[in-house]
Amino acid sequence: MSHADAAAAHGHDGGEDHAVTFERARFGMWLFIASEIMMFGAFIAVYIVLRMSMPQEVVDYSKEVLSHTFHLALINTFILIASSYTVVRGVNAMSKGNKGHCEDMLILTAALGLLFLVLKGVEYAAKFDHGIGPSHNVFFSCYFLMTGFHGLHVLIGVILLPWCAFYVEKFDAHHYAHVENLALYWHFVDVVWIFLFPIVYLL
Amino acid sequence: MSDEHGGHEKAGIFRTYVWSTNHKMIGKQFLVTSFVFLFIAGFLVLSLRWQLANPGKPVPVLGRLIFATAEQREKAPKDIADAEKELAAAKDDAAKKKAQENLDNANKRAAGLGAVNDQQFIMLTSMHGSLMIFFVIIPILVGAFGNFLIPLHVGTHDMAFPILNAASYWVFWLACVFAIAGFAVEGGAASAGWTMYSTLSELGGPGQTMWLISLTLVGFSSIMGAVNYLTTILKMRAPGLSMWRLPLTTWAQFITAVLQLLATPVLAGALIMLSCDRLLGTHFFTPGGLMATYVPQPHSGGNVLLWQHVFWFYSHPAVYILVLPAMGMASDLLAVGARKAIFGYKAMVYSITAIAGLGFIVWAHHMFMSGMKPGLGTAFMISTMLIALPSAIKVFNWLGTLWRGSIRFDTPTLNALSFVSMFIIGGLSGIFMAATPVDIFIHDTYYIVAHFHYVVFGGSLFAVFGAVFFWFPKMFGRMMNPMLGKLHWFLSFVFFNLTFFPMHIIGAGGHMRRVQIGDYDWLAPFHSWNVFITHSAIVLGFSQILFVFNFFWSMYKGKPAEANPWQSNTLEWSIPSPAPEHNYHVIPEVYNGPYEYGVAGDKEYLPQTEKSAGPPAAH
Ligand code: HEM
Ligand SMILES: [Cu+2]
Repeated sequence: MSHADAAAAHGHDGGEDHAVTFERARFGMWLFIASEIMMFGAFIAVYIVLRMSMPQEVVDYSKEVLSHTFHLALINTFILIASSYTVVRGVNAMSKGNKGHCEDMLILTAALGLLFLVLKGVEYAAKFDHGIGPSHNVFFSCYFLMTGFHGLHVLIGVILLPWCAFYVEKFDAHHYAHVENLALYWHFVDVVWIFLFPIVYLL
Repeated sequence: MSDEHGGHEKAGIFRTYVWSTNHKMIGKQFLVTSFVFLFIAGFLVLSLRWQLANPGKPVPVLGRLIFATAEQREKAPKDIADAEKELAAAKDDAAKKKAQENLDNANKRAAGLGAVNDQQFIMLTSMHGSLMIFFVIIPILVGAFGNFLIPLHVGTHDMAFPILNAASYWVFWLACVFAIAGFAVEGGAASAGWTMYSTLSELGGPGQTMWLISLTLVGFSSIMGAVNYLTTILKMRAPGLSMWRLPLTTWAQFITAVLQLLATPVLAGALIMLSCDRLLGTHFFTPGGLMATYVPQPHSGGNVLLWQHVFWFYSHPAVYILVLPAMGMASDLLAVGARKAIFGYKAMVYSITAIAGLGFIVWAHHMFMSGMKPGLGTAFMISTMLIALPSAIKVFNWLGTLWRGSIRFDTPTLNALSFVSMFIIGGLSGIFMAATPVDIFIHDTYYIVAHFHYVVFGGSLFAVFGAVFFWFPKMFGRMMNPMLGKLHWFLSFVFFNLTFFPMHIIGAGGHMRRVQIGDYDWLAPFHSWNVFITHSAIVLGFSQILFVFNFFWSMYKGKPAEANPWQSNTLEWSIPSPAPEHNYHVIPEVYNGPYEYGVAGDKEYLPQTEKSAGPPAAH
């Protein structure tokens, strides 16, 4: 290990250990999430402002269209909540040194994420079939932007989770920052949905 | 450990200069890239200034190549030849007259070839502003100095996440590619101003899209940098180095990183929404029933003002990103130059924090004239004026630092002094504009242009000149030439003021910004001012060659530097120049704050790594 990365992580004199790197990585992840919150915050704020000035008939019409696929969104909410539980199980397993179980849980989480994406795809397809896309009206501009960006984050998670599961074998019992950070990210993605679901589908 | 060293020495050219994860190399990469953009953006604005002084005349030397198409260049002599033939063939007087007219027109067209046309003019202002802000000032202050100095100042080997750090530079580099490529697409680069107000930005050509992509990438690069800086400063400080012992440079970088982390994603969000409007036909910022040149546009129903709100919500904090790191560096240069402790160190930190915090609630002072609710204007007027308080605290503390110091008038100090004085002028004009009734009169005039050049060029860029000179030995192990440095400072300072001070006057006189002078009769009385400003600007522009020459020449031929050429206290001066690959062989132990100058004992200054002999002398 002779590159700068390794030197920085382990300290030049080997003084800094894994716990320190772990701590740093987790802190960096929180910062990243803070900036993500600001970005979704911008989308949501724009949605609120546009929604407040939207004519009632546009709102009524758009809600009517959305209601046809409401059940999909509802199921998706439960799927994501379940996936938050499985990812926690994964981290717990890792902290107890049970790598096999951790791997299973990460894969299961990814599978739930994938299921979410499939249902989202069905929901989108139902809209597109009626010629309703992002340019349909302002409500659907916001709808596709927010759910689309959230979906993109789910997709990234679905790619990273199996990738991480693949490496779990190599982590040692005290050095599983990747697993924890990924779980943190996954929780964040779930929480975003918990906000989006009511403001897009319910209100 | 020595082993690791060996490994490093052998790192190939690619790992050393291109995909380097060393914070010092990444800092230098940012520095050099930004210099390139400084010259590109400078060239853009000089062409624009040329046009204001010489309406209709081609820009000298490069004008024909850049502002005329190949087709136009080919056609011009042909037209003249045709007209001449026609004249020779003309039989009666009427035909002769008509042919002569044709010839005159052809000659006029040929003579004006290479002048900046209206469309190009607005493109020049837009790209000058965008490049200077996002590709010069921010990357120099944050990318170059943030990267280079933070790990040195906190006493560690490198950034917390070196690979992320390298990625941040290369994402920035990709952004540079898109920014430049924008000039090559059909219709030229973005031309809706650096603020990209809807609806112009919704309707422009593909150059607009390139601009959006490139700025989104810059935003992601900044966020990656901010995550790194914050983690490094908070989690990797050397033993004994409490937050209250950090030099102000690093404090300022810390607060700036918070701004970057929290404000840049909002810009990214806004840019993504605008891109969706352009590419997917969404309706965030397009008004209902929009017509462009009599053609109804398919979008409808969004909110035009919303773009301005979202944009300024980022971009006001961004103007502090443009100046806070400069404030920090100027503070350090002044303390070293005056051989005195910073006056009111904690007040300095608190005021930086206050400026950053207030920066989030003043954005609509850019929108007094936008048609926003007037009542909102009053609220934003008050919050904006509040910002003047922490700014004034900083100014008084700088003056307090200089007071009775034994000031050395070397290049870094001279530049730092210029920073303070120019920042005062820019801050004062800021207060004028913050007052709604006054702003109604001067909004969108050259007064605004004067204001922000006083804070960004007069302020930040002078601080950068000083800082480059100051830290050059730590970067490259050699000193920059002081004679050239002073000459460059002198020319820049004089011609900066000659260029930008008159803009207050013509602005108050009603000269609008971003307009091509040839089109408007009422601008004619300003012509002599414009000529004067342009000539000063040209000298100012060419003076910068001295700086770049000094920079590259000193890299190879400069006087070799000792470890601590400025007798400074901060950690980076306790190690050899240039800073070794891993900075500190052994992580240093810190005993003092960074500004122990003029202390008792045999030493005139007390480095942070040395234990003080006795209690500090009373002043
Ligand atoms: C005392 C502090 C300051 C105050 C009260 C202030 C106030 C203002 C106001 C009210 C405007 C809008 C004027 C208009 O468009 O009508 C403005 C514009 C601007 N300010 Fe400041 N400002 C201050 C400091 C700064 C600093 C430190 C910077 C940058 C480093 C800065 C950069 C800018 C820029 C770039 C614009 C023009 C934006 C544009 O329209 O293109 N200002 N300032
Ligand atoms: Cu502002």
